[in-house]
Amino acid sequence: MTSIEAHVQQPYKYGFVTDIESEVVPAGLNEDVIRLISDKKGEPAWMLAWRLKAYRNWLKMSEPHWPNVKYGPIDYQAISYYAAPKKLPKLDSLDQVDPKLVATFEKLGIPIEEQKRLSGVAVDAVFDSVSVATTFQAELAKYGVIFCPISQAIREHADLVQKYLGTVVPYNDNFFAALNSAVFTDGSFVYVPKGVRCPLELSTYFRINASSTGQFERTLIIADEGSYVSYLEGCSAPMRDENQLHAAVVELVALDRATIKYSTIQNWYPGDEAGKGGIYNFVTKRGKCAGANSKISWTQVETGSAITWKYPGCILQGDNSIGEFYSVAVTSHRQQADTGTKMIHLGKNTRSTIVSKGISAGHGQNTYRGLVKIMKGAEGARNYSQCDSMLIGDKCGAHTFPYIDVRNSTAIMEHEASTSKIGEDQIFYLRQRGLSAEDAVSMIVNGFCKEVFKELPMEFAVEAQNLLGISLEGSVG
Amino acid sequence: MSVGNVLLEVKDLQATVEGKTVLKGVNLTVNAGEVHAIMGPNGSGKSTLAQVLAGHPAYTITAGAVRYRGRDLLDMDPEERAREGVFLAFQYPIEIPGVNTTYFLKAALNEIRKHKGQPELDAIEFLALVKEKMKILHLPEDCLKRSVNDGFSGGEKKRNEIFQMAVLEPKLAILDETDSGLDIDALKVVSEGVNKLKRPDNAQFVITHYQRLLNYIIPDFVHVLFDGRVVKSGGKELALELEERGYESLVSHELQPA
Repeated sequence: MTSIEAHVQQPYKYGFVTDIESEVVPAGLNEDVIRLISDKKGEPAWMLAWRLKAYRNWLKMSEPHWPNVKYGPIDYQAISYYAAPKKLPKLDSLDQVDPKLVATFEKLGIPIEEQKRLSGVAVDAVFDSVSVATTFQAELAKYGVIFCPISQAIREHADLVQKYLGTVVPYNDNFFAALNSAVFTDGSFVYVPKGVRCPLELSTYFRINASSTGQFERTLIIADEGSYVSYLEGCSAPMRDENQLHAAVVELVALDRATIKYSTIQNWYPGDEAGKGGIYNFVTKRGKCAGANSKISWTQVETGSAITWKYPGCILQGDNSIGEFYSVAVTSHRQQADTGTKMIHLGKNTRSTIVSKGISAGHGQNTYRGLVKIMKGAEGARNYSQCDSMLIGDKCGAHTFPYIDVRNSTAIMEHEASTSKIGEDQIFYLRQRGLSAEDAVSMIVNGFCKEVFKELPMEFAVEAQNLLGISLEGSVG
Repeated sequence: MSVGNVLLEVKDLQATVEGKTVLKGVNLTVNAGEVHAIMGPNGSGKSTLAQVLAGHPAYTITAGAVRYRGRDLLDMDPEERAREGVFLAFQYPIEIPGVNTTYFLKAALNEIRKHKGQPELDAIEFLALVKEKMKILHLPEDCLKRSVNDGFSGGEKKRNEIFQMAVLEPKLAILDETDSGLDIDALKVVSEGVNKLKRPDNAQFVITHYQRLLNYIIPDFVHVLFDGRVVKSGGKELALELEERGYESLVSHELQPA
């Protein structure tokens, strides 16, 4: 084993299970289960109708197998679609949150207790199928910002939800989006009114705890004219031998001159060294720059999951709108990731930037898949894409599939790609100056990812760097 | 010539890389305050000797011993050697994209300081130190803001190596063909830098192909390495002799009596 290969294997830090009494509906999926979920959430009839429409469509669809990943068949009838802690607080009283849940999130670095809260960050904590706490709601309400679990929004802000839900990712968009539309349980809802710059970072932390369940959260963010919001999601799950399905949908809508910055630090359980267990992360994320001069920026740091399948994209409909995608994806052990973005240019003078950094170690397989589409009416559209891959060791792989579809001759497209290997020589050079092998690798990898990390909100940039350090620790000895 | 305390003692050092024996029994003693030059033709083992002393993992030591300041050097990790004051100015400095030069050098210096039991320098103290050292090498300030060696010209890379040496203040500096790829002006700057860093308590170990460098860095001793062995040692006049007569004649002359 070379000194680099020896570095990858570090135990997953967030693999503990919370021993809590949960209500789990029996495994299986049918219309009754969907009615049950809708009933538990106290949903209006239109919501149930939408779910059933999605379900009936899903039955006619088949699982996509075009991604560059391999896994055994998923038994959708063996999954439980709803799990929730039995003792849930009343919505407006955070003090009643079960201490076990508080302790769980505290252990994950997400304090939800009043006195320990992260300053400047409002958090929605989702545990299995339900939101257990949302902080700073009252503070945000002073600015007219709505930040709440989506189940609450469906009851209390039905007009907004009905107006925008499914407008960016339709209920029949793809197999996993249809499944999500039928069974989604919780997730966050954000509305930022006209001209408001959201005073806090908004953040949702997703935790899977119960076994044999899937998590199907749905997030909807609407930034009204001239508003700004920065939102971050984090996630983790216990270590289990089984594979658990996580099929989320995220929809963003930016109206005229609005900006949405969406960051993800994804750290689902990746499975063990032999590839046993881990989360299947099959996610549909899309933003629509509906208004002129609007901007949506995706930043993702993907270190977890056994399999990742996600392409956060932007529909650049408004003239002069801007879409950005900054990604770091790490695959080690037997992890597989097929991830990238879609930039669809519709409006005039629309611009998109793609910066993707893939890091493969161990037996990891990392695929960048990206689509840049310039439609006929998109006069003067521009795209810049940069895809860099880094290989650590000689048993991993990096793959790049850029699709470019240009239908307007005024478009300007740039694409750069590189593949590099962390060399023994780079590590030796740093060690010769007095740095340990571990610090050397971490310095090289962080240097490689710098362009993406600088896009993260300050509070989380350090966390992301540490996370990367943890994922790769042990890959050099 | 100064006769001080022994800094480095190499005895019958033998090393292989990828199954090929490159060092076949090297003997050398370096005292504090001395400048040694190692000369020799291509493939004689000069760079291997430098890499082996710094602890590059690609080389296997098959025989011999190296004592450094009274300790077994070969028993130490590369980073421990560095923290103990062994510095290698690379023949081909490695590029590390995205890693800021100042950040890297501050981390390195603080590792060394920690090892010595000295307090770590904060950003302000470090920058003051760096400003002072940069004058020695006439290094443009933007080199510090760039990634380590990334996009540096050949001359900038070599100057950056000596600049790092100035900041880290090693006890034993090994300069591996620092003159290669330098024009005459750059050579002068680098040599002046090296000379300014010379102190009674440290030693410099200069590996070079050509005598040219030794017009600027005056060695106390010159050793000729040939086929993995030191075949001749002498004073600075040996370098001139080599320049005039070439390695072949010297070596055949030396080897005949054997």
